[in-house]
Amino acid sequence: MSLKIIVLAKQVPDTRNVGKDAMKEDGTINRAALPAIFNPEDLNALEQALRLKDTYPGTTVTLLTMGPGRAAEIIREGLYRGADGGYLLTDRAFAGADTLATSYALATAIKKIGDYDIIIGGRQAIDGDTAQVGPQVAEKLGLTQITYAEEILNVDEQSRRITVKRHIDGGVETVEGPLPIVITVNGSAAPCRPRNAKLVMKYKRALGAQEKNAAPACHPGVPEPSYPELYETRPYLNIPEWSVADVNGDLAQCGLSGSPTKVKAIQNIVFQAKESKTLTGSDQDVEDLIVELLANHTIG
Amino acid sequence: MANYYTDIPELKYHLNNPMMERICELKERNYRDKEEFDYAPQDYADAMDSFDKVLEITGEITGEIIAPNAEGVDAEGPHCANGRVEYASGTKQNLDAMVKAGLNGMTMPRRFGGLNFPITPYTMCAEIVAAADAGFGNIWSLQDCIETLYEFGNEDQHSRFIPRICAGETMSMDLTEPDAGSDLQSVMLKATFDEKENCWRLNGVKRFITNGDADLHLVLARSEEGTKDGRGLSMFIYDKRQGGVDVRRIENKLGIHGSPTCELVYKNAKAELCGDRKLGLIKYVMALMNGARLGIAAQSVGLSQAAYNEGLAYAKERKQFGKAIIDFPAVYDMLSIMKAKLDAGRALLYQTSRYVDIYKALDDIARERKLTPEERQEQKKYAKLADAFTPLAKGMNSEYANQNAYDCIQIHGGSGFMLEYACQRIYRDARITSIYEGTTQLQTVAAIRYVTNGSYLATIREFETLPCSPEMEPLKARLVEMANKFEACMNKVKEAQNQELQDFVARRLYEMAADCIMAHLLIQDATKAPEMFAKSAVVYLNYVEAEVEKHSNFILKFKAEALTSYRQ
Repeated sequence: MSLKIIVLAKQVPDTRNVGKDAMKEDGTINRAALPAIFNPEDLNALEQALRLKDTYPGTTVTLLTMGPGRAAEIIREGLYRGADGGYLLTDRAFAGADTLATSYALATAIKKIGDYDIIIGGRQAIDGDTAQVGPQVAEKLGLTQITYAEEILNVDEQSRRITVKRHIDGGVETVEGPLPIVITVNGSAAPCRPRNAKLVMKYKRALGAQEKNAAPACHPGVPEPSYPELYETRPYLNIPEWSVADVNGDLAQCGLSGSPTKVKAIQNIVFQAKESKTLTGSDQDVEDLIVELLANHTIG
Repeated sequence: MANYYTDIPELKYHLNNPMMERICELKERNYRDKEEFDYAPQDYADAMDSFDKVLEITGEITGEIIAPNAEGVDAEGPHCANGRVEYASGTKQNLDAMVKAGLNGMTMPRRFGGLNFPITPYTMCAEIVAAADAGFGNIWSLQDCIETLYEFGNEDQHSRFIPRICAGETMSMDLTEPDAGSDLQSVMLKATFDEKENCWRLNGVKRFITNGDADLHLVLARSEEGTKDGRGLSMFIYDKRQGGVDVRRIENKLGIHGSPTCELVYKNAKAELCGDRKLGLIKYVMALMNGARLGIAAQSVGLSQAAYNEGLAYAKERKQFGKAIIDFPAVYDMLSIMKAKLDAGRALLYQTSRYVDIYKALDDIARERKLTPEERQEQKKYAKLADAFTPLAKGMNSEYANQNAYDCIQIHGGSGFMLEYACQRIYRDARITSIYEGTTQLQTVAAIRYVTNGSYLATIREFETLPCSPEMEPLKARLVEMANKFEACMNKVKEAQNQELQDFVARRLYEMAADCIMAHLLIQDATKAPEMFAKSAVVYLNYVEAEVEKHSNFILKFKAEALTSYRQ
């Protein structure tokens, strides 16, 4: 059995290493100060897709991402780990999208790709932490969804059903659903495999059209297109870019105009001393803290 | 997260050595693979870019997986049950990541699934891995045994075994036995030809075998009945899939806990001959050991780096008498010498690996076609340099790793003696480097003929003709004086014509040669990249000048009659 898998992935600012300059004065993210990375839970999702490819030969894994030209890096990172290809949704009209407009754009692109059995992505992105995009994509496509997945256990060819272990409060449950299906993967799933040496050497020059046209100096980290003939003889080095028109999108539903979410105000939260708590190293204090953190769901 | 490659800019500096252009041209046969393999380089720049990227992957896996696992692997160690080895759980994770990243069979040709990398970037990967976990470094680095199978095995063996190593199966070299350690001529493991099955059978015991439950073993065994010396030994390939070799026990060691050191029992194990009979020790094991020695030199440099990093971090952070201890001369003296030994030793390591690369690539070309007279000359020149430099790189770096690990604990003070800090593991792990694959004393034996035949001196004199920056000129002038002292000592020992005396002072002569060579390399590095190496060049020169003076004083004043006071 071979499966057609689409992995939804997002390039996000690395909010795990936030410094003083992470936010601009107006309260928005200072993207220049934060390195752009592959959203961590999307990597967990990619690993699940690649494992299916290992189990079911002939399976193809295609990445789909939306972002500026430099987000082609997400496709390359996927290719380095064993994905077969990818599409970059990029257009000024996609910019400023909230989860509704994002899921609309992704859903139209998925329709354009057409042939799929599994659409899989991370539970949520570390820049917004909404966990809405995956479920919204499922709704827009009219597909079943399984969220908080930790491991795909089996795909049954006959019944075309998939068995997934998912994370729930205090444990796991095993559920089953019909293909095609949308799955969002939890950070507690297996970490993604490392980049593979041969694949890195094969795909290191893969570029999106915008990257190819940009001077490398303006885009540190972007490989120089120094072997132009290779883009003719090796089509896989050209990362396809799709605009709103390419996916037959409705402009009114894309980007800012398609986003009902409006930011009313942004507050800087500074933890006050009164919110802090002094604990000793005694067993009783440690136990109390554990109980408290469990109760308010900080841990567990 | 730490990246063990990009965090150490010295590695990239050594990767970018101009000799790499010739090495790549030879190894890639003028880039002929580019049409056939999608991951083969287009040209020199492309090849170098690929090395850089693969080193970055290695550095990332090392920082994110191997380093965090190191403490757990050290505590858990491997286990032996039912004749098999079970790696520590962290070791399994490490190996799995390295295999998935495709970092096995790195130097093998692409037609077998390898990356066709030169020895130099491969050695850098070995250094990187060892800096995080020297014990795991062994398991992963033993892949370089495949070089020997590639060099001396036949086509059929190549096609059956090399792809398996490229796919991530592990190797071991089964040489030592209870009564054959340094003296491998005494190997007794018996190889007999089984006429009925048309194969060889191995019977006996091997001891101290690193990664002894590997998938593929290269085994030194006595194939010629009635012989007693090295000429009766042949090399065999034992494939674990055939069965017949069990692990009797795993040794309980001071360090490198992640690396299983095994006692193996061969019970009529089916094996096949690698290369020709009787050349096992005198040719193949010599080749195998030279590769392994370079590997230990890399492991030692990794440990030296780890010791320096730990020492530096602690000295910056620890405050006593109202200031960070790094500001005390007694402490920064230790740290600067650690760094200087590290930089000097690494320069020697990669100079050696480049020599090995050139001669091995030419050897390989000679298997395809006849070398031109110029190429033959080039091959001879670099083979000789590699032979002369390998025992220096192994011996000196392993001693430096031990010295740096010692100083690292010293900087930590009482905390360093506690098991909570990484420095104690580095100290225990480093201890073996100056012992296995030939003790430092045996590296001296391998090197001494290059002292007495003037090879080292000729190399040093050649280095003296290389231009250097004006800042380095005064150092170079002092270095010429050091070489003169080395020459005087060498002449005195040669003129004495006393073998025992020569053996007695050999280690001192060996160190004098190594000190001069490393100081030259460092001066060259400081000329090209002063921001990285100028301090170390000054510190190292001060250090080795005193060392050379000490040895010179000893040798020139020493009288052979005094040996009676030393004999035990």
